[in-house]
Order: sequence, then structure tokens, then C-alpha cells
Amino acid sequence: MGRVDGKVAFVTGAARGQGRSHAIRLAQEGADIVAVDLCEQIATVEYPMATPEDLAETVKEVEALDRRIVAKQADVRDQAALRAVLDEGVAQLGGVDIVLANAGIAPMGAENEDRVASWQDVVDVNLTGVWNTVEVAVPRLVEQGRGGAIVLTSSTAGLKGIGGDSGGGLGYTASKHGVVGLMRAYATNLAQHNIRVNSVHPTGVNTPMVVNEVMQRFLEQDPSVAGAMANLLPVELVEPVDISNAILWLVSDEARYVTGVTLPVDAGFTTK
Amino acid sequence: MGRVEGKVAFVTGAARGQGRSHAIRLAEEGADIIAVDLCRQIDSVPYPMSTSDDLAETIKRVEALDRRIVASETDVRDGAALRAAVDEGVAQLGRLDIVAANAGIASTADGTVGLSDQEWQDMVDVNLTGVWQTCKAAVPHLLQGGRGGSMILTSSAAGLMAYPNIGHYVAAKHGVVGLMKTLALELAPHNIRVNSLHPTQVDTPMIMNETIYRLFMPDQEHPAAEAFAAASQEMNALPIPWVEAVDISNALVFLASDEARYITGVTLPVDAGAIIKSR
Repeated sequence: MGRVDGKVAFVTGAARGQGRSHAIRLAQEGADIVAVDLCEQIATVEYPMATPEDLAETVKEVEALDRRIVAKQADVRDQAALRAVLDEGVAQLGGVDIVLANAGIAPMGAENEDRVASWQDVVDVNLTGVWNTVEVAVPRLVEQGRGGAIVLTSSTAGLKGIGGDSGGGLGYTASKHGVVGLMRAYATNLAQHNIRVNSVHPTGVNTPMVVNEVMQRFLEQDPSVAGAMANLLPVELVEPVDISNAILWLVSDEARYVTGVTLPVDAGFTTK
Repeated sequence: MGRVEGKVAFVTGAARGQGRSHAIRLAEEGADIIAVDLCRQIDSVPYPMSTSDDLAETIKRVEALDRRIVASETDVRDGAALRAAVDEGVAQLGRLDIVAANAGIASTADGTVGLSDQEWQDMVDVNLTGVWQTCKAAVPHLLQGGRGGSMILTSSAAGLMAYPNIGHYVAAKHGVVGLMKTLALELAPHNIRVNSLHPTQVDTPMIMNETIYRLFMPDQEHPAAEAFAAASQEMNALPIPWVEAVDISNALVFLASDEARYITGVTLPVDAGAIIKSR
């Protein structure tokens, strides 16, 4: 008996990294998956973003677990497109119980940054994209009348003023703080429907968004940044599955009365 | 394969309520248990505290799961006795991995400055100093094991927000957060994680008694359980009056397990949204 047996989870940014890990971990515990990812580059992001091949790999890995998956390329900045994917997923899989607003970009460390464009893109994806994801799912969760669990992926940068002084870095920190506000407001508004809303706050995770030359350059440009980025526990990066395990707990019935919580998975980063 | 298979957990206040539930849930997931409880009354506590029979029931329930348990009637205010209990448990069970500093009491006053000196002192002694003594007795064993560890300190929603008429409880439970964060800092290099839990009202004998009912309904001399349910629900964002002990245990098992291997220094509410509702 899986910990989320028979449930359906809507996961954004599911092509690789944390999103793929969430899809696989939830599928291991019995959930079917509705997966979306942009699978295209955004101009202000210098590291390579996910590809259609990445999303195909997520599909393959979920199906290898004998779970169903409806996967589409869609942009979290496009609410109508997200709604269309969820509609199709719900039609095929019979509902939605879990919503993971995971898609995000980290455009700090760009070499010749257009500050305005970087700010705008990261806020659009990391904050408005999260809002769009929840917006398209909430009417269905409420209508189904069987509660639900929503987890918004924030960051340690959603709790602390890190991220540097680039347009993208400031936008990253601001958007991840904004996710906390969204989480608390939705948690308050949706509690009456037994829909729980929480946020997770990872430290650096071993994914292509973090482990790339651009992020390395950002970390190395100022020695104080690297020191500030060190974790309390003796571990440099946590693994995607660590975030997935926290999310799995939050969305399972084991956490049936947990809502409105900011849950760091940060190796003590915000305790330092 | 249990989620804490082969580990040993030290649980205070294990005779009943959340502590018993923690012992059982951890045992279900494969842990052996070192259990302590006072099993006596403290005079300033206005509801019946646990008994030897309660602790015997916890032993029975853990053993029924084919796990071992070393239990003793020990006062968390007595550092030497607590150390002896943990030492004996580790000697018998071979190791220590998980610490659940759960023992706690509740009492109320008509205004926090209306507390008697004894009520204040007993509260701080059990709910704060008792947690420190628990950590003090356990940490040397965690260090000696060299395998890291997970310590879970039971605070309360009242460790993150205020409630009227229980300033001693609020202060002690806030103090637990300071202790948790400091220990998290100090013990991280040893891979020992320290976190705190913050329950809303839990369906246990510490809450389900007339003194606590009256705290929520100060105008009523003999408030009924039904009226308490309504008043209690009013404090939670989710449409429930209280949570069950197992809900706190499920959070504790998560924090104790390797699923949370990189979670430390965290205050984790299991509060049905009571904190977001109050703020």
C-alpha cells in the first residue's frame, strides 16, 4: 500500500531535476501523474533548460512503475495552457488530489544581464507561474469535495535575503518570498475545504538548475557569497529525492492536519 | 522494511497521550524504545497525570509489535535519574538514534501574573528544563554512536504564538525553540539533527479535561466537551476541533527517519492551520 495510493498529482517543471524526482517518488507511492514542463529555453536563462527528451524520460520512468502519466509541454506563465493540460489529465486520470508548483528558474550569474528582462522572467515563472498552477487546480479540488494537498516550491531564498544583486537574483529572492505569501493566503482561504497548502524551502539541490557553469560563476564572483551559501550540516548539496520525501510526507494523509507551514529542507541553512 | 528499522528511540512522557503514540508509531516502523514517565502527580497540575498502569500499557503495546522496550518511572526534572534511565536503555538495546523530548504538563491561571510561584516553577522545570535534561542525557550516546541522530523536541503552537492565561506554558514552549535551534547549530557537524514540533490541541488527557476546557471558555464554570469542540475548532483553520496523537507521531516519524536526513533547525507545526489563522 503506497502512501498516496490512488491519488493524482499535478506536477509542474516535471521534465527533470526536482520535478521529475517528485513525479517518480509519488508514482512509487501509488499516484498517477499529470506532468507539465516548458521544455524550451528562456532568453535570460543562460544554463540549458529542460528538453522534450527530458520530459519523455520522466514519462518512461513513471510508466516503468506501472503508474499512468499525462505529460505535456506547457508554459506555467500561460494559465490557459496549464488549464488545458490539467483538464486533459483529469479527464484521463479521474481527478486531481495533489498539486506541486515546482517549476522555477534561477537566472542569476548571467554575464551581460538585461536586469529588467531577467527580473521580469523570473517573477513571471517563479511567482506568477505558481499562482497560475494553483489557480487552475483550485476549482477542481473544491468541486471534487475530497480535500487536497498543494505544495509550493519556494527556497531558502524565500526566507532569507540571499540571491545576490543581479536583476535575476533579486527577482529570484523576491519571487520565492512571494510564494510564501501565496501559500499562506491559499492555506487560509482553502482550509474550509480541507485543502492544505504548504511550502518547501530547499537549500542547493543537485539538479541542472544549480549544478552548472552559470551558477558556479555566481557563487565564485564574491567569496562571501560562497561562505554564505554553506550549509550547517556537513553536506554541500541535497539530492532531489530529499525534497520529494518532504513533499511526499506533506501530501500524504500522515500530514492531514498540516497546513500553512514553511518547511525548510535546507541542511540547517536558515538556522545558521 | 520500517522507516526507522533497527534504530533505538528515547521517548519521555511515554506512559500515555502523545508519548505513548510516539513509542507505538516508532515501534511499528521498526525501532526499539527507551521509555520514561513520571507516573505520579505534580501538585500544581490540575488534571490527573499518568500512572504506572499507563506505562505498563505502553510496554504491552510496544512488545505486541515484537519490539523491545526498556521503561522506567523517571522524572525529567531529575538529571541524574534521567541519565541512569538512558544509560540502562542503551546498555540493553545497544544504541541510541532518536530522541523524542515529549514530556510536558499544562496548567492555567486567571491572567499570567496570577500564576502561583509553584505553578510557574513546575511548568518551567518540566516543559523547558526537562527537555534540556533529556537532551543532556541523550546527546553523549548519540555522539558516541557516531552515526548522527535525530532529536525531536515537542513544543506547541504556543511555542510560536501567544495564548492568554498560560504565560508560563507559552514561555516554556518558546524556550524549547531556542534550545532546539542552539542544539541544531552545535550538533550539525556530527550529523545530529534537531527539530521541534508544534501541535495545536491534541486529543489527549492533558487537553481533554475541565481545566483546559475552561481556558477556552473562561465564562463557563463547568464547560462541556461539546462546547469545547466548537471553541477549539474556532482556533484551527482546518474544520476540525483537534488533532489526534498519531498525527504528531507521524510528523515525528518523518523527522526521525532518513527521509528527513537534511532537515534540521526546523519548527514544524502540526496545527491544523492555527498559527496562520492567528496571524
